[in-house]
Amino acid sequence: MRTKAHMGLKGKKVVKLLLTILMLLVGLTMILPFVWMLSASFKPESDIFTFPIQWIPKDPILSNYTNVWSGILPFYQYYGNTVYVTILSTIGGVITSLLSGYAFARINFKGKNIIFLLYLATLMFPNTMLLVPRLVIYRFLGIYNTFWALILPNSISTFGTFLLKQYFSSLPSELFEAGKIDGCNEFRLFWRIAVPLVSAGIAAFTVFTFVFCWNDYENPLMFITDRHLYTIPLGVMEFKGLKTSSIGYIMAGSVLSLIPIFILFISAQKYFVKGIATTGIKD
Amino acid sequence: MATATKLDRHAITNLNRLVAKRSIRRSTLIGWCFLLPSFIGFVIFRFLPIICSFLLGFTEWNLVSGFSGIRFAGIDNFIELFHNDTFLTSLLNTLQYAVIVVPFTVALALIFAVIINDKIHCRSLVRLMIYMPYISSMVAVAMVWTSLYSPNYGPINSVLKSIGIENVPGWITSSNSALPALMIIGVWQAVGYYMVLFIAGLQCIPASLYEAAEIDGANAIQCFFKITIPMVSPTTFFVLINCIIGSFNVFTLVKTMTTGGPGDSTMVTVYYVYEQAVEYNKIGYACSASIILFLFVFIITFIQLKFSDRWVHEG
Repeated sequence: MRTKAHMGLKGKKVVKLLLTILMLLVGLTMILPFVWMLSASFKPESDIFTFPIQWIPKDPILSNYTNVWSGILPFYQYYGNTVYVTILSTIGGVITSLLSGYAFARINFKGKNIIFLLYLATLMFPNTMLLVPRLVIYRFLGIYNTFWALILPNSISTFGTFLLKQYFSSLPSELFEAGKIDGCNEFRLFWRIAVPLVSAGIAAFTVFTFVFCWNDYENPLMFITDRHLYTIPLGVMEFKGLKTSSIGYIMAGSVLSLIPIFILFISAQKYFVKGIATTGIKD
Repeated sequence: MATATKLDRHAITNLNRLVAKRSIRRSTLIGWCFLLPSFIGFVIFRFLPIICSFLLGFTEWNLVSGFSGIRFAGIDNFIELFHNDTFLTSLLNTLQYAVIVVPFTVALALIFAVIINDKIHCRSLVRLMIYMPYISSMVAVAMVWTSLYSPNYGPINSVLKSIGIENVPGWITSSNSALPALMIIGVWQAVGYYMVLFIAGLQCIPASLYEAAEIDGANAIQCFFKITIPMVSPTTFFVLINCIIGSFNVFTLVKTMTTGGPGDSTMVTVYYVYEQAVEYNKIGYACSASIILFLFVFIITFIQLKFSDRWVHEG
């Protein structure tokens, strides 16, 4: 009996190892296009499509990057634009969602339930459906073809409101009662007590908004026409339209557009785990 | 004495009411102050566009002609749409895309999640690798896949040729294989996101269920079908709804890789809407098309909600 159980354990270990290898292979397949992209971005045009694939370029070159960054097209400007739009959108989104999430979770006021239902109902409508009417509204407001057409709409988030409402609702009400007895007004309760306790939620939402704004293609495509206002995704597409179409350039531009997102995500993944752990301890 | 207390009581309840009323009024004011920044944005950027979309769908309007050029068109746009071959093809293509992409994405996401949740080594590394396509810029992704799919010397066809396949597909350059080519990218991109949702769902299943099943002599396959699938069904439901909506809105891949072609083989409805609005300036017509797409999504979601109690396990 004992040996049988032992065998079972050993068998389990083998299965675990096999599954690990399988999943590592799956994972590698998933990132293969990125590896190819990275490798192509360091190759001269003539080496990109050689077969068998040279995963590590024989004599790597940097000229794709230098040409993309400040060559034919002002990629550095697209980069700066994207940083600007993304940071302002993220800050705006976090502030408005914190306030509205807190209102829905912690304050009783007239009209709250109806407004909440309204927020919920509009989630059913996909963003792509809103693009055309937004075009009309932005022209009417005079923000068409300005950064505001990207920043303002991204500065409100129904998703963020729901997410942060969840976090605020999970806080114990004793905290707030104690604060009220100590004479805190609502804004102090919000700023001093509630906001610091939902930092995990803020981190999660920040990453989400940042990634969304950074990668957003549909909104700039619809609402930005001036070249000097282009964001990275529009910029990468510009390289595709060049007469001397260069795959090396496109790959270098793509790599440049992915780096900040990967760095943010890999570092924030740790933060997530930590955030979840700390909120788990406090009850 | 008795009347006095009664009076007092009366006064106190009145006072309480007054105080309560005041505090409600006060908290209403404070509540709205907190809500206002988000609410103004919500009205301008979400609520109003939705209303506009429905109203404009019944008009004929060319953006160039200004607001005075709006003409009420009744259901003319809708009639025209249903006689338009390109639009009908776009609906069919969208449907086809969803019918293939959704089941593959959901099934793969669930399988990956189960394996990763089963405490393999290097879990977070594997999770990150599978999740990577999802957080990447769609444009960058589309650009790299365009090169990979390149029919003559692209790496995918080179590999296919080297293993002896002579009749390699033309991928996005041929009308037979363009939509499947986009489907592959669609699954590849979305699977990581849904996998993470499934992992979260799986962690809510009590381990005692599996322990009990093991004592009863159930094997892994039985556990998967009899415990995992029913217990994770609330997540599956959520994933399914989101995945369907997502695949009805495939746009960036089409815009950046094929612009609907070759022929109309990758013309999907969202791209059709975009083309009508931006390239032909037909705002009213474009809105009608997006209303029809919305109705499709709405009906599918409604049916799912209606039948959810038959298979979704109540936690």
